[in-house]
Amino acid sequence: MSRRVVITGIGLVTGYGIGKDAAWAGLCSGASAISPIDAFDASGFSCRLGAQIRGFSAKDYVPKHYRKAVKVMARDIEIAVGAAHIAVADAGLVTRTELGEDARAGMTHPSERMGCHIGAGLISAETPELATAFSTSRGPDGEVNLRLWGATGMNNLPPLWMLKYLPNMLACHVTILHGCEGPSNTLTCQDASGLLSIGESTRVIERDSADLCFSGGAESRISMMGMARMISSGRLAETGDSTDPLAFARPYDGSSPGGLPGEAGGILILEEEGVAAARGAKAHARVLGFGAAQSGPPAIPPFDRGVAIPGEGLRYAITAALEDASCKPEEIDAIFPLGACVPWLDVGEIEALGAVFGTRLGEIELVTLSPQIGQNLAGDGAVRVGIAAMCLEQQKLPARLHTGALPAGVRAGAAPARDARLRKVLVCTSSNGGQNAALVLGAA
Amino acid sequence: MGQRRIVITGTGWVTPLGTSLDGVWSRLLKGDSGIGPVTHFDASTFVTSFAAQSPPIDLAEYLDDASAFTHAARNSRFALAAASMALRQASIKPRELAKPHRAGLYLGSGEGPHEFADYAAMQTAGWNGETRTIDSAVWAATARERMNPRHEHEQEPNMALSHLAHAFGFRGPAYNCMTACAASTQAIGEAFEILKRGDADVMLAGGAHSMIHALGMTGFIRLTAMSKRSDSPKTAARPFDKNRDGFVMGEGAGMLVLEDLEHAKQRGATPLAEIVGFGSSADAFRITDIQPDGKGAQGAMRQALMQAGIDPREPGPDGRPGVHYISAHGTGTQENDAIETSAVKGVFGPMAPKIPFSSVKSMLGHLIQAAGAVELITCVMAIKTGVVPPTMNLTEPDPECDLDYVPNAARDLNAAGGVEVCLSNSFGFGGQNDTAVVRRFRG
Repeated sequence: MSRRVVITGIGLVTGYGIGKDAAWAGLCSGASAISPIDAFDASGFSCRLGAQIRGFSAKDYVPKHYRKAVKVMARDIEIAVGAAHIAVADAGLVTRTELGEDARAGMTHPSERMGCHIGAGLISAETPELATAFSTSRGPDGEVNLRLWGATGMNNLPPLWMLKYLPNMLACHVTILHGCEGPSNTLTCQDASGLLSIGESTRVIERDSADLCFSGGAESRISMMGMARMISSGRLAETGDSTDPLAFARPYDGSSPGGLPGEAGGILILEEEGVAAARGAKAHARVLGFGAAQSGPPAIPPFDRGVAIPGEGLRYAITAALEDASCKPEEIDAIFPLGACVPWLDVGEIEALGAVFGTRLGEIELVTLSPQIGQNLAGDGAVRVGIAAMCLEQQKLPARLHTGALPAGVRAGAAPARDARLRKVLVCTSSNGGQNAALVLGAA
Repeated sequence: MGQRRIVITGTGWVTPLGTSLDGVWSRLLKGDSGIGPVTHFDASTFVTSFAAQSPPIDLAEYLDDASAFTHAARNSRFALAAASMALRQASIKPRELAKPHRAGLYLGSGEGPHEFADYAAMQTAGWNGETRTIDSAVWAATARERMNPRHEHEQEPNMALSHLAHAFGFRGPAYNCMTACAASTQAIGEAFEILKRGDADVMLAGGAHSMIHALGMTGFIRLTAMSKRSDSPKTAARPFDKNRDGFVMGEGAGMLVLEDLEHAKQRGATPLAEIVGFGSSADAFRITDIQPDGKGAQGAMRQALMQAGIDPREPGPDGRPGVHYISAHGTGTQENDAIETSAVKGVFGPMAPKIPFSSVKSMLGHLIQAAGAVELITCVMAIKTGVVPPTMNLTEPDPECDLDYVPNAARDLNAAGGVEVCLSNSFGFGGQNDTAVVRRFRG
């Protein structure tokens, strides 16, 4: 008998605050979570707006004995840890966190039946920490000298420095905190990381390698290096002193000057349907199908900023997900695409959606989140899946912000929060790198 | 409808002992070391100033259009060369796949190497140590000046994956995972699962990585995980030896072509071996330590053996153990080698001392994310030749490590019936455990 997967827990940490209710209220309010960045002095940067999570520390989401470990968590890791904690509460699970390090009895699921798949990015080391250490090793020319660094300078870095930034440390901390000893993985395909992780968790549960998975992704680009890298890859708008995010972030508008950065994470609890039902857990939504595919050149090399990523791979990923869900394109009631507001990413998405849905695309609501919560790369996919599940549950769509122009037959213009009849929805993504993924969700 | 069987039809590697399949294999059997002083950067003052560097790659030897990959970072160049060799062995012509969307990729590749000078200049720009503040304008201007967009792009951990897709025209499911030292075994295992489910017909799977750059070495030196025997690099990697003092950093790539058996048959490809088991687990213990009982490692091995239908504690029909060779994770750290030994004993019980169990990291160093794929290829070569590679530098036995590590000389098992089944372990920092089991292909 085939095993099916439902979403029983949603943990979201976004620019709107902590928890899925904060995200939902914010998205429905019609106000963007993007504002001037104050996490560091961004005055010298060409982009100074972002969706920052304020008043958040993982310290509030770990047991007392684990607080020390927060020191070796990059912001990305903290977000994942917080999101996982909230997801556990939402799913009504008892995990190791509540029971103490050695407790095994009392957990809702046996440790070895719990997996964990969390997408992560290229985590940027914190500049002040590196500046402190590097500046001990300046040579006579003022440049940091490698020999001085090797001899003594590196000793100014904390011994566990590297562990703060390894991408698999998101899953590592979450598995330790909640006692997940089943299959665990860290996918690193930029924007596609989160959806690929949810796809892999789904397959792991389907093939009976686990009954439950922590699944999603987290990333923060609100840091000096994170922003510098995004500027260098041509993904950020030049905002100057403007405080109006909607002047820049315009999904699918060919003249959008680029998107805005964010930091966010989503961890979902995916659970085998029968196992969830047996413990009386309420499902937010069902995972009906998943697909992944790679786009062809000139997606990446030869490196050339601004060269559009073709929609072919995304089209195949969506087609595969629909087939996996035994779902016809006409059954899809809403689409949650990446919509990064970066024209060379956006154009391939519209091409793919047009190829799959034809002229009916103009009748399907596109739910775009990046004007509200920014571009969150590995943190993006799971947030969209969480919001999509809430839409299915509430039969409602959040507000949509848009001040620019749209291609003909694309339903992504400004709209208030509204009721909608939603049976099956599609969440899909392209990525900088050409990996694509798609997920079909159904009402529980 | 029977289960889909998944075979390996191509293998390719870039290692510190070279790039040719047979050449590297014969050097491994001779016990050669690929370890020497670091030349990629000036490591002369680093407490660990040696590593296992792989030869530079001239992509023109491997690709028709090498000019498209001029900017590819070292890890991606290793990946491209190894994949090109694997595809050649599998008789798959680049970009001539009949169904590119049925050809997927699953890599466990690492990020691209850092350029130390530019990176350090950026990080210190505008820094005031007394006030611990940064002048934002100075910092951003320095970033604009010193940050090379192409180089930054190549550092992204999905770039090796994207380069391979581009070079060879694979358009199916594409993933890159980063689970530290377990990554490429995990990639191969998940690729195997994707094929079994029927989501692709052929997968290019493996890993590529180089952390032989100033910050990569710095990170591991600060963790005190690497050997400090800078006076004797060739004997520094001593897995299971009593005097082991850490691992030796390596770099390279291992790539395998995995294929649904029916697909391989239809196109007349020769299976080199069959993948019969994969297991994956998390320690969920501590960020720096392994579970002392090796429970996570045991879980991964047990899952893989169960999937392969092998009872580890009982002899097979021929009276030999069900597994004929174990490729150890065997890093040469005190902790890993003792716990891996105890985990193997826990899984195989009375059979454990009878199974040759060696670590090629004693010769190749630790290829980090690429290690598992390269080590699985050594298993394929062991099946092919009937010979298993040695653990070198094992001169003083450790009472805690008391299994058969094939010390200091390769062993020919042909007289005993050859090598039919191998198990390969990879364990990553952060508690990731992955195990693959391969068997001689029999139609």
